[in-house]
Amino acid sequence: MDKKRGAERVQPSRTTTVTPQPTSKRGAEQHKVDLKGHSESWMRNHMAVGKNALTKLLGTPIATVMTVAVLAIALTLPGFLFTVLSNVQNLTQGWEGEARLSLYLETSLTDEDADRFSRTLLLRDDIAAIDFISRSQGMLEFKKYSGFGDILDAMNDNPLPAVVVLLPKSRLVADLGIMRAGLQALPEVNEAVLDLEWLQRLDAMLAVAKRAVFVLGVLLGLAVLLVIGNTIKMEIESRRDEIVVSKLVGATDAWVRRPFLYTGVWYGLLGALCAWLIVQVAWLMLETPAQELAQLYRSQFQLSGLGFSGSALLLFMSVLLGWLGAWIAVRRHLREIEPS
Amino acid sequence: MIQFEHVSKHYDEGYDALKDVSFTLNTGELAFLTGHSGAGKSTLLKLVMLMEQPTAGHIQVGDQVLGKLSRHDIPFLRRSIGVVFQNHQLLFDRSVFENVALPLQICGYSPADAARRVRAALDKVGLLNREKMNPRALSSGEQQRVGIARAIVHKPKVLLADEPTGNLDPQLSEEIMRLFEQFNRVGTTVLIASHDLSLIRSMRHRMLTLKSGRLIADG
Ligand SMILES: Nc1ncnc2c1ncn2[C@@H]1O[C@H](COP(=O)(O)OP(=O)(O)O)[C@@H](O)[C@H]1O
Ligand SMILES: [Mg+2]
Repeated sequence: MDKKRGAERVQPSRTTTVTPQPTSKRGAEQHKVDLKGHSESWMRNHMAVGKNALTKLLGTPIATVMTVAVLAIALTLPGFLFTVLSNVQNLTQGWEGEARLSLYLETSLTDEDADRFSRTLLLRDDIAAIDFISRSQGMLEFKKYSGFGDILDAMNDNPLPAVVVLLPKSRLVADLGIMRAGLQALPEVNEAVLDLEWLQRLDAMLAVAKRAVFVLGVLLGLAVLLVIGNTIKMEIESRRDEIVVSKLVGATDAWVRRPFLYTGVWYGLLGALCAWLIVQVAWLMLETPAQELAQLYRSQFQLSGLGFSGSALLLFMSVLLGWLGAWIAVRRHLREIEPS
Repeated sequence: MIQFEHVSKHYDEGYDALKDVSFTLNTGELAFLTGHSGAGKSTLLKLVMLMEQPTAGHIQVGDQVLGKLSRHDIPFLRRSIGVVFQNHQLLFDRSVFENVALPLQICGYSPADAARRVRAALDKVGLLNREKMNPRALSSGEQQRVGIARAIVHKPKVLLADEPTGNLDPQLSEEIMRLFEQFNRVGTTVLIASHDLSLIRSMRHRMLTLKSGRLIADG
């Protein structure tokens, strides 16, 4: 008898040559099988198992609703805070548009040099527009508005520097900071001042808040993982007989795992749908007051909910967590259940 | 078909359940495995199913040397064996039909093909009209026959049974044994563990007798 490694597969898909047994009687009829049938039966099994898992969940509505509610709450919180942050960011991006950089030029420069310098700035592609105020111009304006004209007349030298006010193309606080430093380093420039330090602070605060939401999201994600893992663990326990019998009649680990993984995915999906609904309804309720507020400030600002990418992310993460939670539970508990 | 060579089995918490057991069961043969309670009958069947590993010796089923199989291969070995175990019984959350269909689903048969085979199997054990019922609603003799239908539905080459007539009355017991003879007649190799000596003596088949884990008689 030829001795090969690996049990002979008798499932219909992978055809194996059935070694004819030396027998006087007719051997039990073996099943003829084709290769194409393999992927077909695999697909069919997945569809059936997926459908079955959902049917089981819907068959115990109260338990399912409880679990899904916990998942939804855990997912709603980071989802909502995430949209709050992105809205705040949208809003401040509008303000960053007003950013101006003022360059106080060296007083040693003549008005002609300063004018020439300001024109070279125009050639740079990170600057949208400039406004040049020469020393004499500055003097005139100062005299006009300050009322100290006499004092200034008494001075021999004009103490005011020439000023270039420029409108950067970039609206990002980080870019503006870099640009300011670059301009400050030019020999003609005595001092470059960004008017929006407070905006930078806001930006830093937003970064901290983002990090906090991220940490919260990770923690709540872990909670989702635990909830699903525990639910699946109890599910495994309650289906112990089925697992034992299945293993006894030749179920592979993958086959035994499959229904539980699908259950985890369904939990993730249902949790995500509920969370999505809650977040969207919350934003819908905030929309009208926010618009009224925006109108008072003549702002174009518009609230945005999760949006397509946010929704997709929520769904994806939740399904992934559901699958992962189930996988961990299955890995830990399924091997222990063996027929004996 | 089933070959034991100097097989011993020692359980961690206990003494030797099998000691130096050697025998060969040819393809198409039917044999009874007998002995007192605790003699090691169930242990021997579990070794064939790879539910337990032998402490010493070699076991071969068909052309598979069991000691060489990896964990991954075990399911495929089990698919070539049908089992009727007393304590691994039917699932009560589904119908008779679905119980019997389970091995076919696991092997990946199409629903239509599976349905045909399930009905054929139920027909053989005389329960065709019970397919929609819950097994809980059946008598213990009928439940045992559903278990047998499940064991033979995918036409395994080997059929194992552990005390298949355990708590049945003599008449039902004989019916069940006749059923096994019937499967054996179409070529299935059958090994039945039973301590119902009067019944199996009357059936005139090979008898392997275990006593405290040793094979003391074969014939
Ligand atoms: N899982 C186990 N752990 C420890 N000892 C066991 C286990 N299974 C069986 N045994 C012991 O092995 C011996 C043979 O048991 P078993 O094979 O069940 O006998 P039988 O089926 O003939 O009644 C008994 O002494 C029993 O106590
Ligand atoms: Mg026993």
